[in-house]
Amino acid sequence: MAAGVLVVTEIALGKPVAPVYELLGLAGRLAAGTSGKVEAALLGRGIEGCASDLIARGAERVYLADEGALADYEPERWVARLVRIARESGPAAILLPHTTLGADLAPRLAFRLDTAVAAGCVEIARDSGRLLFTRPCYGGSFRETLSMRTAPAVATVRGGCHEAAARDPRRKGEVVRVEASTAEPAPRMNVVARERTVSDGMRLEEARVVVAGGRGLEGADGFVLLAELAQALGGAVGASRVPCDLGWCPHSMQIGLTGKTVAPEVYIAVGISGAGHHMAGCGNAGNIIAINTDREAAIYGQARWGLVGDYRQVIPPLIAAIREIHATARKSE
Amino acid sequence: MRIAVCVKQVPNPDTPAAVFRVDETARELVLPPGQPLAMSPFDEQALEAALRIRDELGGTVGISALTLGPDASRSVLKHALAMGADEGVLLADPALLSGDSYATALALAAAVRKLGAVDLVLAGRQAADTDAGAVGIGMAELLGWTAVTFAKEVRVAGATARVTRVLDDGLETVEAPLPLVVTVSNELGAPRKPSLRETMRAARKPVAAWGAGELGLAAQRAGAAGARRVRERLFVPARESHCEFIAGATPQEQASALARCMRDAKLL
Ligand SMILES: Cc1cc2nc3c(=O)[nH]c(=O)nc-3n(C[C@H](O)[C@H](O)[C@H](O)COP(=O)(O)OP(=O)(O)OC[C@H]3O[C@@H](n4cnc5c(N)ncnc54)[C@H](O)[C@@H]3O)c2cc1C
Ligand SMILES: Nc1ncnc2c1ncn2[C@@H]1O[C@H](COP(=O)(O)O)[C@@H](O)[C@H]1O
Repeated sequence: MAAGVLVVTEIALGKPVAPVYELLGLAGRLAAGTSGKVEAALLGRGIEGCASDLIARGAERVYLADEGALADYEPERWVARLVRIARESGPAAILLPHTTLGADLAPRLAFRLDTAVAAGCVEIARDSGRLLFTRPCYGGSFRETLSMRTAPAVATVRGGCHEAAARDPRRKGEVVRVEASTAEPAPRMNVVARERTVSDGMRLEEARVVVAGGRGLEGADGFVLLAELAQALGGAVGASRVPCDLGWCPHSMQIGLTGKTVAPEVYIAVGISGAGHHMAGCGNAGNIIAINTDREAAIYGQARWGLVGDYRQVIPPLIAAIREIHATARKSE
Repeated sequence: MRIAVCVKQVPNPDTPAAVFRVDETARELVLPPGQPLAMSPFDEQALEAALRIRDELGGTVGISALTLGPDASRSVLKHALAMGADEGVLLADPALLSGDSYATALALAAAVRKLGAVDLVLAGRQAADTDAGAVGIGMAELLGWTAVTFAKEVRVAGATARVTRVLDDGLETVEAPLPLVVTVSNELGAPRKPSLRETMRAARKPVAAWGAGELGLAAQRAGAAGARRVRERLFVPARESHCEFIAGATPQEQASALARCMRDAKLL
């Protein structure tokens, strides 16, 4: 029975996104003690240099397709190439990060391979030879564990749920080039415009501290204050869905079931009630701090610290207190 | 042109989770009697997208609402007709039920084929019960069409659709030839409420009911028998809840106390 695990690499700003390292860590644990290998598929342009990085993170074989036609994610070409890689590799499972790219790609790949997909997994385990996929459902309020009748199983995995493989440059692995075939599919859609709302600075998904605002901010101005708090903490700003829908902030800041998944060390939820849909995207944060006027808000049920109060009155002194602590620490160095 | 919109009936997503019970043996969610069911929110937005296309292009656009589910799903079609869809298709044959994303996509794709001359299929980005996001894309794969996901806006001009997609780092607009499947996200905006006029008309609009036989699906490929995944377990995730509330007579005191907690935990 197939036992290998193939990780599909997503690249941002020239390097694999952080969840890819977590997937390699997970793949290593799933393949351990089996005959299966940890493999990675690396598609794009000018990304050859990432192969050694993937090997250092645990990939024993990297399938590399480095060419102009794969520069930007385009489903037809990517799926066709990944189908060929999957046929060659014959893994038990194909793992993708649960990002917009992964969520778009995984079902296509599964149907093309005539198999099944589990989206947004938080845990994958091996149980007497078979793989079990645990994922949130019903808006994040419940979890289900699935097994698959067909192989390979395709799964997207939420960020922050698994330990990344440590980087070890002594690890060895082979690189297998997967060249374009003569019957390369033509793209079936044409990108006519692209508008980026995220700066190249810190990626929300990779920030150590995230300050997120909700409906309780009562307007776009609240996000100016949150940005100041995030800056004092060296973090990034996110949001619940409500402020995004109301146009107080861009949609790219949405955290939750249908937004981004973040798992920072510190998550400060300001004016967020803590709906299951929201917590599905931040429940794995190391320390949740809730600032809310309503002591009964559900968010306190998942917070390490709760501060009952109006954010407008609490955040300015909080910023001052944090800056003071930082200043004292610098002086004593 | 004809647009088919896939609408699913789900437990009302605004209902607090505590109201539901998990049947551990059946591995299913149990709704207390009388608990309201609703159209899955993104499906409402998919229907809204279809209605906006018709608003723009006028009377030549026909909208069919498709649902797969038990007989009670008839009410989700009624809601779709009251919002403005022209006809409904109900797939309530027990042989089609309790499938997974694969079996569901297979039945819905067969229904689209049977409808014939469909130019555009609209589905939600994910159903509010499965949270899977697979059926729309799967239908496209099974029909041999293109899927465009996470739409914020869908417009049609001639034989081409222009779709604005929501990405992790912004927006992108793509053009693709029809026929096409588009999955719709909440960024599309609020769906319209059923109008009195459409609600009155809804009762006279046709609703077809098709079974596995009419769809040409062999029993072993449909519904539970055709499912490729097995739900081994359904459970409520464990939550540790020992929140320490920050004391303080004034917001300043609370803020300083919180900052100290963070410092002592080496988080600053
Ligand atoms: C299918 C589906 C998918 C969804 N996906 C997502 C998702 O991905 N992400 C997401 O976030 N939501 C999502 N939602 C929406 C989700 O159900 C909630 O509606 C949403 O998370 C609530 O946002 P909120 O906490 O900001 O607002 P509310 O629930 O309205 O909470 C506002 C909070 O602010 C507090 N407050 C008010 N004033 C102040 C003040 N001055 N200072 C401090 N606190 C104050 C209030 O006490 C309250 O607790 C989804 C919903 C559905 C149906
Ligand atoms: N039983 C169903 N009946 C009608 N449409 C469905 C059904 N299941 C899924 N869909 C459509 O497919 C979308 C994605 O569903 P899912 O893959 O289950 O998240 C939904 O938002 C619906 O538009």
